[in-house]
Amino acid sequence: MSDIEDRVRKIVVEHLNVEADKVTEKASFMDDLGADSLDQVELVMAFEEEFGVEIPDDAAESIQTFGDAVAFLTKATA
Amino acid sequence: MFDLTGKKALVTGASGGIGSAIAKALAAQGAEVALSGTRMGALEDVAKGISGKTHILPCNLSDLDAVERLVPDAEATMGGLDILINNAGMTRDNLFMRMKDEEWDDVLKINLTAPFHLTRAAVKGMMKRRFGRIISITSVVGVVGNPGQGNYAATKAGLGGMSKALAYEVASRGVTVNMIAPGFIASAMTDELNEKQHETIMQKVPAGRLGTADEVAACAAFLASDAAGYITGHTLNVNGGMVML
Repeated sequence: MSDIEDRVRKIVVEHLNVEADKVTEKASFMDDLGADSLDQVELVMAFEEEFGVEIPDDAAESIQTFGDAVAFLTKATA
Repeated sequence: MFDLTGKKALVTGASGGIGSAIAKALAAQGAEVALSGTRMGALEDVAKGISGKTHILPCNLSDLDAVERLVPDAEATMGGLDILINNAGMTRDNLFMRMKDEEWDDVLKINLTAPFHLTRAAVKGMMKRRFGRIISITSVVGVVGNPGQGNYAATKAGLGGMSKALAYEVASRGVTVNMIAPGFIASAMTDELNEKQHETIMQKVPAGRLGTADEVAACAAFLASDAAGYITGHTLNVNGGMVML
């Protein structure tokens, strides 16, 4: 498990108050983890802060699952 | 009771009568206040009259680039922003059929578009910190209308709708969004009314007098405080009973 995955999972677990083992690669924030649209915005803000990157709105919209977030942030911080 | 110690506030239109009274009231409750406006000298005078910590952040609200910078500047200067007071406003009155495009556009820009930009910028940090107070100064004319003020009334009604929509979105994050709607408040403008005009106005006001800027400012101090944490999407009418909504 990569360091980025760990950090993203920690944020998701804290923000959405879900069990860590529910946060799988295919898990959708909204459909599987109970996030509403505001939670989704807050997650993106938390990712930006944690990784010191800017996530533009169109990219933010494409981040639907835990896997999407890890992939985006892996690329953005590479 | 309405303690604001440690809170950081930004007041637009802070050199005006109501704006300066709000800045003073927030500071009196312990808030650190950033004063924004266009008249540097007048802002300095307001700052001098406040014993607490103040900052002057000049901003022309018709310049969108400057508007976009104002909240980040305030956050950088004070290390955060807990209270945003959208107070700045202007009138450019004309009968509806005569109203020029510029008269419409100018008033919308200052009274509605600038508050949208400022609020959007401010609410992000407020959500993160799980505390925020957005307070916009509207007007009774946004609800009841006023001849010659089609543009102004539209912006004040618009602020109301905007605030309520936002209030829904951020309520669960400890951010409240409220309005204060003053009626006739004593100001440089009302000083110029002649006796006849004054009398005509007074007939509409059950309280039988003009309101004071301090009476408006007290509402802002209340709404900004922890005590008002369960009030959101609300308008406090400060009009001496002129319109009871």
